[in-house]
Formats: sequence, C-alpha cells, structure tokens
Amino acid sequence: MGNYRFNLLVCAGTGCVSNNAFKVKAALEKEIEKHKLQEEIQVISTGCNGFCANGPIMVVKPDDIFYQLLTEEDIPGLVEEHFLKGRPVEKLMYTPAKDEHPIPKMSDIPFFGKQQLIALSNRGLIDPENIDEYIALGGYQALAKVLTKMTPEQVIEEIQTAGLRGRGGAGFPTGKKWEFCRNALVSEDSSAPGNNGNSPSAADKYIICNADEGDPGAFMDRSIVESDPHALLEGMLIGAYAIGATHGFIYIRGEYPLALERLTQALEQAREYGLLGDEILGTGFSFDISVSKGAGAFVCGEETSLIGSLEGKLPEPRVRPPYPAQSGYMGKPTNINNVETWANVPHIINRGAAWFSSIGTETSKGTKVFSLVGKVNNTGLVEVPMGITMREIVFDIGGGIPDGKKFKAVQTGGPSGGCIPESLLDTPVDYESLVQAGSIMGSGGMIVMDEGNCMVEVARYFVSFTQQESCGKCTPCREGTWHMLNILENISQGKGQEGDIELLEKMGRYIKETALCGLGNTAPNPVLTTIRYFRNEYEAHIREKRCPAGVCKALITYSIDPENCTGCTACAKNCPVACISGERKQTHVINQEKCIKCGMCYSVCNFDAVRVR
Amino acid sequence: MKLKPEDLNKIRERMKSTSRLREAEGKAKINVHLGTCGIASGAREILHTFLELVEASGADDVLVTTSGCAGLCKREPMATIEIAGQAPVKYVDLTPEKVKKVFEEHIKGGTVVKEYALAVGSERLG
Repeated sequence: MGNYRFNLLVCAGTGCVSNNAFKVKAALEKEIEKHKLQEEIQVISTGCNGFCANGPIMVVKPDDIFYQLLTEEDIPGLVEEHFLKGRPVEKLMYTPAKDEHPIPKMSDIPFFGKQQLIALSNRGLIDPENIDEYIALGGYQALAKVLTKMTPEQVIEEIQTAGLRGRGGAGFPTGKKWEFCRNALVSEDSSAPGNNGNSPSAADKYIICNADEGDPGAFMDRSIVESDPHALLEGMLIGAYAIGATHGFIYIRGEYPLALERLTQALEQAREYGLLGDEILGTGFSFDISVSKGAGAFVCGEETSLIGSLEGKLPEPRVRPPYPAQSGYMGKPTNINNVETWANVPHIINRGAAWFSSIGTETSKGTKVFSLVGKVNNTGLVEVPMGITMREIVFDIGGGIPDGKKFKAVQTGGPSGGCIPESLLDTPVDYESLVQAGSIMGSGGMIVMDEGNCMVEVARYFVSFTQQESCGKCTPCREGTWHMLNILENISQGKGQEGDIELLEKMGRYIKETALCGLGNTAPNPVLTTIRYFRNEYEAHIREKRCPAGVCKALITYSIDPENCTGCTACAKNCPVACISGERKQTHVINQEKCIKCGMCYSVCNFDAVRVR
Repeated sequence: MKLKPEDLNKIRERMKSTSRLREAEGKAKINVHLGTCGIASGAREILHTFLELVEASGADDVLVTTSGCAGLCKREPMATIEIAGQAPVKYVDLTPEKVKKVFEEHIKGGTVVKEYALAVGSERLG
C-alpha cells in the first residue's frame, strides 16, 4: 500500500454507495488536501465489506480502526481529530463486544462468505411490498440514468461490454439479443406468422420476462420475484427503452402464489409512481407490463412455446429462424429474457460494464444464482461468482453431504442437465466448462446426490419427466424419449439386455441433434452423462441384475443379519405387509415371497441388522 | 404521485431514518424473512409472536418488518434483529418460545441470545 502513513479503505460496495460512500470519499479527499496531508494519506475504494447495514464504512490501515455510518458532515471533524491530531474518533467507530466465543460474522460462515450478491443483493434487506424501501437502496436510479443521460444504443453497448449472458440456460449474450430486436424491422403485414388478426399497431415491439421456472427443485426466479420484484421491473424498463418496446409481459408460473401477489403489488405501486405507464419519470418514454400465468407446462420455458401460449395457442415450439427478435409475439419483434437476467441489468447500469465484467471468468461474467438442493447439508439459495468450483459450492457453501455419506454426483440444469461426478468437482462453474462436462448451466437448479442414489434410477426419473412434458410436436422427442424411458425401465427392473447401453447412447445423440427445441435437444443429457461417468452401474444392472446403490426394487432383497439382530421386534411391528416373523429376543426372518421392498424394516432397525442386496 | 427523477432522491432521504435506524436512539428493527420457504416452516407465527410482544410491551420504538428469503432455506424461520448502531444479528430455526427469549434478552435487554443466533453482520454485495 505504498509508503503512506495511513491508508483509508472506503467501502464502495453497492450498499455503501447507495448510502453516499462516494460523497464521503470526495469529502475525505477534499479535507486531506485542505490539511496538505495528501502525501501521507491515501484514500482507496474497496469492494463490499459485508457490513452493508452500517455503511458507508471506512477501515483505517494499519491500525484497523473501523468507522461506520459516515456522512459528509462527519468528515472535517474526523480528518482533523484522527489524521491531523492523532485521536481516533470513538463515536464513529464500531466496536464489537469482547467475547471469548463471539457469534461468527456472516463473512466467516462459508455459506454466506463465499457468496457474492448482485441479482439477490436486496434479499432479506428490504420489504418487497414497499416500493419506497427499494428506492431507499438506490432503486430506479438506473432507470432515471438511462432515460435522462443515455441513448438506447449506449444502453445496449453497456450491456454488451459487461458480457451479460442469458441466465435462463442457453447463455446467449444479452446485449446482442437486444440489438437484434432493436434493429429488427417491424412487419406491416397483418398476415405475418403469429398474427391472429386483432393486431396491435404496426410499430409495436415487445419484451417478455420468462418466469416459468419449470425445473424440478429450482426456485431461483421465484425467490427473486418474492424478495425484490422491483429489480425485475426496473431491468425490464431499461430493456424496453433500449429495444424500443412498447409493452412487456411477465409469464409466471401459476404455482407461485406469493411471487404473483408481490409482483402484482409491485406493478401497482410502480404505476402509481409513474414508473410504468405514459411518460415515465416525466420523460417521453412510455411502457407498461402485464402478467400472464402459466399452467404448468414445462415446454413453456422454451421461448417460442411461451410466446405461443401468450398468444392463446397451444404451447408448441416452432422452427427458428425466424427468431423471436424478428417475429415473436403476434408476429412482432420480441425480446425474451429470464428473471435473473433482467434483475442484473440495473446493477450493470448503476455500476458500469467494467465492474460487472471484472467478476467471473473469461467468457462467463458476473454471478449465477443456484438453488442448492438434494443430499447436501445447507439447502438454500446461493449466488456465486462465475468460475467458482463445484466443490466449493457443494462442500464449502453447501456444507457437504449429510449423515457422513459419500458424494456421488451433482446434477446441474434440471431435467435438461447432466450429472457431474466427483472426478470433475473442480470444474469451474461457467457456461463452456459445464457443456464440456456433458451438462449445462441451465437456469440454476443444482441437485446433489450421494452414494445412496442409483444413477440408472436418476436417469429414468428425469427422462420420465421430459417424456411426460414433451409436447409431441416433433418425432425425435415424442417417440425418442418414450423409447429411452422404456429401455431405462427395463434395465431398472432387471430386464436389461446387452446392447441397451449402446442403443441409449445412439438414440441420445440422435435426439439431441434432431429435436425441434431445447426440451428435446437436452432431454438425453441425464442419460448420456450417467452412462459416461457411471457406466459400471448400468452394467451391474444389466449383467449381474444388481443395483449397487440398493434402490431399484426389482433387483434388491432385504434380509436380516442374525449376527446383529437382537429380536427387538421393531421391524416386525412396522412391516406394512406383516412378512417378518420371529419371537421376541430371537432372530427375525423376512418372507421374500410377501416382501414389497418398501425399506421400512431397514429404516426402523436400530442395530444395523437389515441388509440390502 | 407521478415521480420525476429528482423525487427518487427525496424518497431515499425520507426512508433513511426508517431503513437505517440512525436518527432515533434506542430503536430496534425486527425483520422476519417471509419467503415461501419461511412461511412454509412457520414464519407467519414468528411474525405474529413478535407483533404481540411489541404490542404487549408498549414499546413504540421497535419496528417490525418483513422481507424475502434470506438464502439459507434449511434454517427457516429466520429473523434479523438490528439494534441501532450495532451490526444485525440473524436468528435461525425460530419457534414462538425462542422468539420470546430473543425479545426479552436481545431487544429489551441488549444481549444477543447466542444459542439461537447464526451470525452477525450482513452479506457480501456485488
């Protein structure tokens, strides 16, 4: 830090900046110059300190004196007392209570310490039902900035330079997408595809927020809408201005009642403040948003199906090109982004593309929100910088696997993603690395599996999901997933044959290449990755008729180990089909003919006497 | 009221006193995390218990508010307690009984209830 007597580290994280940290910094520099101390004292901006609630914060090095809740007015006195006269100002200090076993700081807890919040930066801080609280933390400042100081082209340029990519799964560069839509010619032809006659005016362009989060176990978008709905609205407003859109839609799952309620409330409050509607913030920009509820079809997460559903048609994907940017809702140029993508936009405008692109990896910038679920200690919602490893997410943030079991795989990207094995746990989380590992970033579902999960069963479960959700329009997906499911069911029932694995691989490759939309293109991923990394489990099912994890019912038997059985009768009492016999204090026996393999005896035995084979 | 760009700053100023607890001394803020995960594990009951305790104590300088999921869904219901001038404290796995103790000892007495507290401070932003 050079040969300065003091280094003043002023926090310039979002929290402190929204509480005027920059003004405090300017005042400091001014006072230091006034006292001619600039040769001795250096003022440095730092990233977020973690104590956002007490910002603006300043740490004085080398003494580690921690000043909090600073205002411009505090500065002249502080500079004079501390830096000129050498008397630290106690009333501005934060002194934690001395304690032998202090409660840890948030940053000391790996679950929180390894996270970096951008899209979720207001989580747990503001009342989502009160627009004033959002504004108090700097909300709608980015909108004011673009409307009064930036041209649409500059906004698009900023988003492109930031390197923001779609958070819905495919990772398409957001700025590029906006640019296509902005530059698209508006068709005057009322018979354009998708136009049903009750045509909106010819000049219309649309934007859509995809909040139809359909992956089992994923709840990132729901949480953003529940805890910070205005961030989404502000992002959409900025996007609409950049693209030249006149109306926006939020397509949200009907199964999200709380998110829907808070969203509706946020829209009303924004309208009341003139942040939606005509002449927003007194400028010439007009835009409004309406909400449309999805009815639980997974395929509606695919953009062209979603647009079809919005138009009141069957939710089926259609061939692209033309892309929605050329011909989307009602045949008009349409831009569609997911909730998390929109929520990142105000932060990029406020803090600049250079800041955003300084976070993450070469090709994947910023952070990603994941819902961390499955066999992991700390289930929850996490936001991490791109480039963090899977191991850090599962073991540091997630706190590892419960009950001392062994990690087996982590599934990213929901039913469209793949399973990543232990050997690849040090893979950095970015779009390209995950694809290389056979999975996808997806929208952010992350399911952890332990040694008790059978990988054939996992593949069967996900294919049964995509098979049910396949819309049936294209043959590879409709027929292909059905046949894959049949083969997987046979394998898990002990009816697998030599050649099944190769057939699954071949079909998987064909479906990936030929299906019409993202649902079909990705449906084979769970099968292909489990074969790639856990082929021996498939082989055990097919050749030895054995399920190594002890999950597939047709392939396992429960028996009681006479060595360990104490004759406590717990298993016999709990067996739902009364197939366990034995006298008190005598070894019990399971009647294999009657056993339904429910696993109840295994769960209730306190003496580790029930064996699964 | 239709806002103009400069009105945003006026709202920020007006909100500071409530969002930062700086102006009035001795104020405390109770923030119950009311996301779907919190509600499912009983956060509404936690909120009501706090409200009843505040009312019964006659305290007019304790603010009860709500926000979304705090991230660690497994440890819901959660609440963040902030006494003016001190770092916020996150409490986890709350029950109405624990809430009573937290209210008596931390909010009224000023001593953090260590056995129910997860951490002090806030999260790393941006």
